[in-house]
Amino acid sequence: MTEREAMRDVLEEASRWLDDGHRVALATVVQTWGSSPRQPGSQLAVRDDGLFAGSVSGGCVEGRVVEQALEVMQGGDPRVLTFAVSNEEAWDVGLACGGEVQIFVEAVTP
Amino acid sequence: MKRATLQALQAARRAKRPVALVADLGGGREQLVYGDALDGLAPELAEAVAEALRTDRARRDGDRFVQPYPPPLRLLVVGAVHVAQKLVPMARAADYDVTVIDPRPAFASAARFGEGVTLEAEWPDEVIERLAPDARTAIVTLTHDPKIDDPGLVAALRSGAFYVGALGSRKTHGKRCARLRDEGFDDAAIARIHGPVGLPLGGRSPAEIAISVMAQITQVLRAPRGDG
Repeated sequence: MTEREAMRDVLEEASRWLDDGHRVALATVVQTWGSSPRQPGSQLAVRDDGLFAGSVSGGCVEGRVVEQALEVMQGGDPRVLTFAVSNEEAWDVGLACGGEVQIFVEAVTP
Repeated sequence: MKRATLQALQAARRAKRPVALVADLGGGREQLVYGDALDGLAPELAEAVAEALRTDRARRDGDRFVQPYPPPLRLLVVGAVHVAQKLVPMARAADYDVTVIDPRPAFASAARFGEGVTLEAEWPDEVIERLAPDARTAIVTLTHDPKIDDPGLVAALRSGAFYVGALGSRKTHGKRCARLRDEGFDDAAIARIHGPVGLPLGGRSPAEIAISVMAQITQVLRAPRGDG
């Protein structure tokens, strides 16, 4: 893998953060319904200071996912988040595309 | 995910070994399953992993989530010409491993392509046979020179590449098809070649042609039945 490829690879970025002594959580799209900007398997890596790489939506739900990821990193259980138009909270965070997405959030553990 | 799992996953990806992460969304357990070591697994799991790697699609089934990490898509470019200089960075942005093949050393020079691409200053048939193109490999010929393009196309048609394209006008392509027929390829084989290459976007410049080629490769990969 060249350096340029490594830079855009979410897991490579996560690995580098771990090497640097950070805690890291991963968020992965596991299922989608209707129109959703990112397919299952799309990933977001979150660092313990809130920096993130990758994406799990077109940018609509990343903020909320980062919050949850920080909680999981601090000892919370892995969790599956659901964002949908029918869910008012999700509407607030802005999944305006009319889809529904489930995202698995887990910490990288030693 | 355990850090050791992440490290093993990244090692497999660097080695270009097909691998899938099988995660239990309920209990948080996970395992790596290698595409070249499916024997001995529960048949249902082996099939799910093989399917995910084949289609490059992650899939949830109840609490089980299978995320495939197939080796990267590959693009083999015959002809280290101006269009290739534009096409290579586009293909890299779309996550292809790119190899540029041109037996003329003055063309296949690192100074013309920079880093992040493999250059092969050899005959295309030899290189293509060695690289064994598969269902995740696209091949495009860009030189206009039958001496260079034709051996590349012959090797491409004998491979399992998902896309074969050849730059050249309709007239050039007609002559090319006639030569390939003389080489013994039937109409079905020759019909695999996209020529004139690229989606008909109307562009003329090297960058515009590269866009139309990259767009067509993407269409054939992702929407094969929409291929015109």
